Amino acid sequence: MTTPAIRIVSATKRYASLQALAGVDLEVAQGEFFGLLGPNGAGKTTLISALSGLVRPDGGIFEIMGHNVVSDYRNARRNLGVVPQELVFDPFFSVRELLRIQSGYFGIRNNDDWIDEILASLDLTAKAGANMRMLSGGMKRRVLVAQALVHRPPVIVLDEPTAGVDVELRQGLWQFIRKLNRDGHTIVLTTHYLEEAETLCGRIAMLKSGKVVALDTTENLLRRFASHSLGVRLENPEMAAALGGTLAVGGWANFPLERYEDLEPLLARLREAGARILELRLGEADLERVFVEVMNRA
Amino acid sequence: MHDRLIGFRTLLYKEVLRFWKVSFQTVGAPVLNALLYLLIFSHVLDRHVTVYGDVAYTAFLVPGLVMMSLLQNAFANSSSSLIQSKITGNIIFVLLPPLSYREFYAAYVIASVLRGLFVGCGVLLVSFLFVELPLAAPGWIFAFGLMGGAILGSLGVIAGIWADKFDQLAGFQNFLIMPLTMLSGVFYSIHSLPAFWQKVSHINPFFFMIDGFRYGFFGQSDVSPWLSLAVVGVCFVFLAVLTLAMLARGYKLRA
Repeated sequence: MTTPAIRIVSATKRYASLQALAGVDLEVAQGEFFGLLGPNGAGKTTLISALSGLVRPDGGIFEIMGHNVVSDYRNARRNLGVVPQELVFDPFFSVRELLRIQSGYFGIRNNDDWIDEILASLDLTAKAGANMRMLSGGMKRRVLVAQALVHRPPVIVLDEPTAGVDVELRQGLWQFIRKLNRDGHTIVLTTHYLEEAETLCGRIAMLKSGKVVALDTTENLLRRFASHSLGVRLENPEMAAALGGTLAVGGWANFPLERYEDLEPLLARLREAGARILELRLGEADLERVFVEVMNRA
Repeated sequence: MHDRLIGFRTLLYKEVLRFWKVSFQTVGAPVLNALLYLLIFSHVLDRHVTVYGDVAYTAFLVPGLVMMSLLQNAFANSSSSLIQSKITGNIIFVLLPPLSYREFYAAYVIASVLRGLFVGCGVLLVSFLFVELPLAAPGWIFAFGLMGGAILGSLGVIAGIWADKFDQLAGFQNFLIMPLTMLSGVFYSIHSLPAFWQKVSHINPFFFMIDGFRYGFFGQSDVSPWLSLAVVGVCFVFLAVLTLAMLARGYKLRA
């Protein structure tokens, strides 16, 4: 059996009265694009911090590519690249200096060929000599990604990498991360943009109050939790509630559909009740609905 | 080269580059400060005071000023680097890589010693323009400079890790480091003090650092350089053990 990229067993962590991690078990296979979702305070960042050695867990096992993050921390950290949530940088250095220094921390000298490749991929070549203070927020974010990649880690964790990032940069960033994933890197992503997670992640874990409350492939989660919906704009929208619908703006009403087979009977009921349909649209299941449903159930 | 050594060397290089990039502020300014002390005190006191029998006050003052500048800047280097990294959050770039806490300690302390030595040498070189100074036993000068820098570098690591705000760090500097330095015999020989204050001076480890350092210039000191070396050595070992224990536990760094 292949060694998992990440293995977490019974992870616990308490901060004063807050139980940040309450027995998390998680395994991420090599090459996966994995999503870690949850509301604020669910324990996502604590989990990532414990995995990367920034936080000492109270209990549990954390392994990266089979290396324990405490007893074999050097190998564990060599295998992990972390893009932090906060836009942090060292104001004393230029982009290239920072990347050379970061390479050195990981025991790598003469890393300029790879640094040039990363800079080019992230569209930072022109800024290689610029001091970090002179860069825009989006560029600083890209430098953070570059810093996480200087030692070519097989496992990359991105903690809210697109928070506050404009659309163009976000798309460029995802293109690059997808390429890394295609090249064999394992990607773990936390994000509040659920459509991003839905598009990118093959498997997703949802955390609430320090516990994993859902863990499955994105496809299965969408199938298991979220229903489709039928949206209709009615001439007489006030009648929607009596038929099990919920009113939305502009005379629209939404009716839940468990399966597509339920569509015809629903339309028949509307006709029988005398509803006059002006417009009609079918709503697909999405991760946002799954998320809300999972959080409400947990 | 072994990649562990590369990691340590890179952190050391980064810490040295950090102060070197702003050397006008980190090296030039302390040298100017020390020079002002020297000019003012020597102008006021040189004709009135001699120490160790026939040593002019200005000459006596120089080693004290050199050591004071060295100590204060060694402390400032590690403490300011750490608190800035903690407050801005970029400390994670040092915590994420496979560096051990011993490598972390060694890099920060050696960089502090180097900054202290740079400033100390700067003050000394400028002083040579104004004062003729003997070098009776350079080995002692080097030993106390090195040990003093390492002690203050370690104290700087402790303060930088402990402090959550610049305010707390300033408190550490102004209410501990500064009084201990100023009351250590930088500006006077403790033989000029009343008996009680002489005894008080003997519980100040900074006194032994400066007295031993001064011995290297004049071959004379208030107490034996061997006693000073022993006190300074014990202080260094104590602080090194304390700092390493804090780092090993991840105190305030790895929550």
